[in-house]
Amino acid sequence: MSVETASPTLMTVPAAPVDTRIASLRAIYIIWYRDILRYWRDRWRLVASLAQPLLFLLVFGSGLSSSLGGAFGRGTGISYIQFMYPGIIGMSILFSAIFGAMSIVWDREFGFLKEVLVAPIDRWAVAVGKALGGTTQAMIQGLILLVLAPFVGVKLSLLTVVELVPLAAVLAFGLASFGVAIASMMKSLQGFQVVMNFLMMPMFFLSGALFPLTNLPGWMTWLTRLDPASYGIDPIRRVVLSNSGLPNVNSLGLTINGQVLAIPLEAAIMLAFGAVLLGVAVVMFERRD
Amino acid sequence: MPETVIEAKGLIKKYGDLEAVAGIDLEVRAGEIFGFLGPNGAGKSTTISMLCTLLTPTAGVARVAGIDVVHDPAAVRQRIGLVFQDPSLDDQLTGRENLEFHAFVYSVPAQDRRRRIDEMLDLLQLADRAASQVKTYSGGMKRRLEIARGMLHQPQILFLDEPTLGLDPQTRKSIWTHLNELRSTKGVTIFMTTHYMDEAEYCDRIAIIDRGKIVALGTPEELKGLVGGDVVTITSTKPDAAESEIIKLLGVTPVRDNGSLRMEVPDGKAFVPRLVRELEAPVDTVSLRRPSLDDVFLKLTGRVIRDEEVSARDRNRAMASRWMGRRR
Repeated sequence: MSVETASPTLMTVPAAPVDTRIASLRAIYIIWYRDILRYWRDRWRLVASLAQPLLFLLVFGSGLSSSLGGAFGRGTGISYIQFMYPGIIGMSILFSAIFGAMSIVWDREFGFLKEVLVAPIDRWAVAVGKALGGTTQAMIQGLILLVLAPFVGVKLSLLTVVELVPLAAVLAFGLASFGVAIASMMKSLQGFQVVMNFLMMPMFFLSGALFPLTNLPGWMTWLTRLDPASYGIDPIRRVVLSNSGLPNVNSLGLTINGQVLAIPLEAAIMLAFGAVLLGVAVVMFERRD
Repeated sequence: MPETVIEAKGLIKKYGDLEAVAGIDLEVRAGEIFGFLGPNGAGKSTTISMLCTLLTPTAGVARVAGIDVVHDPAAVRQRIGLVFQDPSLDDQLTGRENLEFHAFVYSVPAQDRRRRIDEMLDLLQLADRAASQVKTYSGGMKRRLEIARGMLHQPQILFLDEPTLGLDPQTRKSIWTHLNELRSTKGVTIFMTTHYMDEAEYCDRIAIIDRGKIVALGTPEELKGLVGGDVVTITSTKPDAAESEIIKLLGVTPVRDNGSLRMEVPDGKAFVPRLVRELEAPVDTVSLRRPSLDDVFLKLTGRVIRDEEVSARDRNRAMASRWMGRRR
């Protein structure tokens, strides 16, 4: 037996000269980049994720548009499909942001998360990188639907696009952070269906994507105002439709106590929601083994 | 004597009342290939996880690369490479992209990134497939990529948890060739767990672990020296009768393993003719060989490491990954 009992000469290694702030930024970048790389590589997912908004617009939108006729819009001159179109952009962002961030659960299931979590990087950087990855994917998924504008009678201008990008980014960031926070608490893919049915769908239905949030029953008015997605979808609709020569859109918009909210305020609410949820995600990530 | 790069004293891990690791002391020197050998559930993975800072010890001290694993886990992780038991690659990415990801999160300097990635791809013979997605790789290629990845940030110590589990014998051999090459070209210390006895022979030193404790530690030759002389194994249709006759007539106490009787004797060549001559119980087969680590393990623990339980687990894992693969 050759167990040495002599006192060991331990090596003393000076701490590696790694600037942790720069290391965290690098980690955020590569975690974000990996998500984008996977997103582009998976062309089928891209195509498949366009199918759902198209289905909504074509079938749901056209169907309701023709049955409602002029009854929709209360004299605003806005048809149902025009009203719904920005909502569908919002829906696409909502679903993509949450799904994108939920890829953390996939990573856990397939082992890659271990590679990320044992790396000598700050945990908060992992949460931020994932949230930004989800944000970027969702923005692309939403903005790509702008190509459909001519088919639903919406005029696009450069101004629309310029105003839309930051609003899409804010909505995407809020929901991606939400997704990361949920994913950081989930242990397995089994919880995924639950999240879908009990969080994502209600969030979508109550967000004003499909119908105006005015003249609703009292309880529903409350719920819709509690839905963070409402504050992200409403400004998108106002920008798209008012720049398209439909300025009366505000009368179909989100109000609190009968007051229309300023777009920057709505964006600030969405941003604050995202920041809080990202904070939750960071805490959850730092806690886990 | 080369410096000590891993040192553990009284390392304990408890889960409730269960003591998974029951007080382990060990030292690993720079440049060694150190094997941690034991059956499933012996505490191998728990120990390696504590050394790699993935688990916090219940009690005891461990220093890896001179740094306390509890006190500064991030500094330890920067200095060690890890190859996990379960796969941890992104199989949608290419081999090179997996390495690039690792180089970023381990702060490999930008000017070295490409050179080191190319070097590791060459060393592990993955250069020609570096641009293919990992999902097209074989099991052995994936393992090699994980080893390349673990070496990318130039760790002092490479930890591997069952690196050859579930691979065919040829692939296992090639993994060993690569590990030896890494040790000689990079001077890295290798700490690995395995339950394959034949693999443990490749190690410079081995610790045999059973029920959370190290029961023996030394070079393979030293350990085999614990078994006196030769090993004779017989099979008989009447093992009970044969056993009592051997004890009575030959003065040796055999160990039962299923239907066979195994005994250690100082001089096997002289023993076998006596055995055949004197035994009245039928003897079907006789084998004589030098002791292996299996014999050492059997002698120390009274049990054999069974490959069957392992292969059952492998099958489950393979099934699980096929199922998951479809859902992806």
